[in-house]
Amino acid sequence: MPAFVPYLLHTLFPPTVLRPTEIGADVLIVATGVIIVTVLTRQKKWGWLWREWLTTVDHKRIAVMYLIAAIAMLFRGGVDALMMRTNLALPSVHFISAEEYNEVFTTHGTIMIFFMAMPLIFALFNAVIPLMIGARDVAFPRLNAVSFWLFAFGALLFNISFVVGGSPNAGWTAYPPLTELAFNPGPGENYYFLALFISGIGTTITGINFLVTILRMRAPGMTLMRMPLFAWTTLCTSALILFAFPPLTVALGTSLLDRLFHASFYTLGHGGMPMMYVNLFWLFGHPEVYIVVLPAFGIFSEVVPTFSRKPLFGYTAMVVSVVAIMVLSYGTWVHHFFTMGAGPSVNVFFGLSTMLIAIPTGVKIFNWIFTMWGGRIRLTVPMLYQLAFIPTFVVGGATGVLLATVPVDYQLHNTYFLVAHFHNTLIGGTVFGLLSGLYYWWPKMFGYKLDERQGKWAFWLFFLGFWVTFGPQYLLGLEGMTRRLWTYPLGLGWHALNLISTIGAYGMGAGFVVLVYNVVWSMQHGERDLTGDPWDGRTLEWSLPSPAPEYNFARIPVVTERDAWWAMKARGETTAVRVRPDEISALELPRNSAMPFFLGLGFFVLGFGLTFRWWWIAGLGLAGILGAMLWAGFDYEDRKHVHAEEIRRIEAALGRLEA
Amino acid sequence: MALPHPRVRRAWVRGALLAGILGLALTGCGPHYVLLHPAGPVAQGELHLMVLATIAMAVVIAFVLALLAYVLWHFRDRPGRTAPYRPDWTHSRRLEVLWFVIPAVILTVIAVPMVGQTYALAKLPPKSDPLVVDVTSLDWKWLFQYPQQGVATVNYLVIPTGRPVLFELTANSPMNTFWIPELGGMEYTMSGRVLPLWLEASRPGVYWGHSGQFSGVDFEQMFFTVRAVGPSQFQSWVATVRRTAPAMTEADFRQLLNPGTVGTLTYASYPANTFPAVTHGFTLNGGMYMVMGNQPKDNASQPMGSGAASPSRTSREAMHTMPGMSGR
Repeated sequence: MPAFVPYLLHTLFPPTVLRPTEIGADVLIVATGVIIVTVLTRQKKWGWLWREWLTTVDHKRIAVMYLIAAIAMLFRGGVDALMMRTNLALPSVHFISAEEYNEVFTTHGTIMIFFMAMPLIFALFNAVIPLMIGARDVAFPRLNAVSFWLFAFGALLFNISFVVGGSPNAGWTAYPPLTELAFNPGPGENYYFLALFISGIGTTITGINFLVTILRMRAPGMTLMRMPLFAWTTLCTSALILFAFPPLTVALGTSLLDRLFHASFYTLGHGGMPMMYVNLFWLFGHPEVYIVVLPAFGIFSEVVPTFSRKPLFGYTAMVVSVVAIMVLSYGTWVHHFFTMGAGPSVNVFFGLSTMLIAIPTGVKIFNWIFTMWGGRIRLTVPMLYQLAFIPTFVVGGATGVLLATVPVDYQLHNTYFLVAHFHNTLIGGTVFGLLSGLYYWWPKMFGYKLDERQGKWAFWLFFLGFWVTFGPQYLLGLEGMTRRLWTYPLGLGWHALNLISTIGAYGMGAGFVVLVYNVVWSMQHGERDLTGDPWDGRTLEWSLPSPAPEYNFARIPVVTERDAWWAMKARGETTAVRVRPDEISALELPRNSAMPFFLGLGFFVLGFGLTFRWWWIAGLGLAGILGAMLWAGFDYEDRKHVHAEEIRRIEAALGRLEA
Repeated sequence: MALPHPRVRRAWVRGALLAGILGLALTGCGPHYVLLHPAGPVAQGELHLMVLATIAMAVVIAFVLALLAYVLWHFRDRPGRTAPYRPDWTHSRRLEVLWFVIPAVILTVIAVPMVGQTYALAKLPPKSDPLVVDVTSLDWKWLFQYPQQGVATVNYLVIPTGRPVLFELTANSPMNTFWIPELGGMEYTMSGRVLPLWLEASRPGVYWGHSGQFSGVDFEQMFFTVRAVGPSQFQSWVATVRRTAPAMTEADFRQLLNPGTVGTLTYASYPANTFPAVTHGFTLNGGMYMVMGNQPKDNASQPMGSGAASPSRTSREAMHTMPGMSGR
């Protein structure tokens, strides 16, 4: 046996990846992989997978790939959560070890934010925004695919950490000096920094892409103040991404320099300043909170009018408040560390700025409620999530004001009160919002509705489970329980509430199972959407067939007011969806490309090599990245020509061509 | 509908609510709710503000919930509904101004005392004579040094009641926070920095403290106990420690720096230069934040101040002095 083999085995498979839970997960992964490969081979689907999906630049297909990845990550993050809750169910339970617990809470937070919430948001951006603003694609379709593959390979790099090398274990915030090489010698934190770095590049590109798409590609007549509110929140989210991710990139990059090349930006000795990392991280981290919640606000601003049969109340105030939130969110980051001794004046400033941001948020809540006032409210699943969102998010916002009250935060910082607060906003806001949006736009994405009855079961399990999980955690905070404790002694009186919380978490897990069942069942038996407008919608995407053809609009619509599709229907333009053959002309559409896939792969190899400091592998990855970029640079045939006849044929098949 | 008959569901909800409220009433006042049972003026002040903010926020929550329930009840699309359908009512300047102003007013109610309290907590009470405790968080233990008394403990504190205690916080490890919930809010311990925090116990008792910032594998061992005793008992405790406990040697100190856990330890003295003198720039002394200078520590309260135990703090980290930091 060559001498390097034991070294290799020990590096790739240290004891931390050989625990029973890890082995179990590995077996599941291998089994799933085998099944997928078998099915693809049997059905001869490899070519189809490559041509139709892996190399696609169509925003609608990219949306589906984001969605699949996000649901898988929701599963992984959820399993992490259940492992934590199981360990905390009773005092001194040692279901998993402290080491494993620390890895699990780290991956739970990181995955839920970066690899679940973000891709789910991008799934909806991709699925909806071009259709909503009357565009044929995003501004940079190929870059859109690059974004996806950078995210996907970043997520893959992060997720293989528990299979090879060991997971990160310093929390999703990865504060130094705990992440310093001296305190954290394994590859886990390298995985964390590199995976976030890679997917962060993709996220930044997505931000640029949608910023340009919305500013430059709206249908004629759709002025900014005629845009649907989801387009507004997407615009603001993209702007937030553009300015919030650079500080994160700096924080990740400098931490990597500390770990890989023994720099001393944040080290315990040698003049390192760990608090600088904390500032940089939250300079990104607080806008990030709004990056994930603004899209939810946008979704609710579409769902509420549709299911109340009434235009959005106070449209101008809604736009102003979104923009206000966007601007203010850059000025609140210190509230994540009032207890780091910045002095009373700094703390007071950031406490007040944080309270200030509650005002535009409150305006939005009232406007949604008054959109329903005088409407005809239909209690569909998307609407149920919205109705659950309001009380949940209001409690999350109210406890946020408590935490912004500086002296109160001195007591509540890093307790379970804080944990409950941010889950109220992130689940009550972001997740409820995204689920609402998924149920709402699912027929547009896939051509069939998700079953309402099953959807309601999933909703009630998830919603009640949420409150049973996180309601007690506020009280645990008042009992002094701090976060990230892997176990606790009996005498502190924390056990009863912890047990209730764990029961709730399993309720949420059951909700997820029903949700997945709902999707699988509806694929076969769900009500097909033949009209393209199953909810009696208000915005342009509902004027298209479900799912929309590759080119979206055979004829770009002309917009004269807000809620353009509703107005067309109200004017009796029943033929609005029909196109005369002479209105159709030939189109240039973006051509599929394998470059984004290989670019992502190159980044993955680079990241893997750097994680283990195997420089030649890193060099290989770097060469791959440069090669893919050169390839892209000299590939002039990035568009394909579609004949008018072809489009007429497709429109006729959809029943939308006038004879 | 999704679940059983609406009436059954309503009964469920009512039952769950009732159980919740009862449960709260039964447990809400229990002694385990350490944040609700302050044992000193700092925690008391923070609790007052928490109660004020909670009441203000409860008003908001109750109002929103009532409004939502009303809207749902009246404007649901169901047979026999009487409320008018008003699809054109999409704007009301008066209402929009109203729900801009009302939250602003409610927030002002919280913000004004918040500002006052934040500044107040940054100062020691006037004319107070604080006991100074130098706190170092280590992997995974707490080192407490009493510079005025010259003694040191690990993982437990003894403090006098009725006298402010000025904790000077630093770390020789990844970050932690120093927190004694019944006495008041937490503050980070960070290497290369000394942050001030003052707390006071009004009544004798045993309180627990903990870290709020995850610091590695034995993080859950970062609990410590605080025994608050009368001033004379405190003096006799110091005297007993000086008489009976061993001295901390350099080797003992280095041993403590090693990662690992220990129980509680007591030392009659400790070596000099084991607490950094170069600080972030602030300390609490003489009633307000001051740049750490050469103020002599309160040696008068040291009846048996032996030369060996009185640490002159030349900096262990002087080489890391940075602009903006002031040396002692």
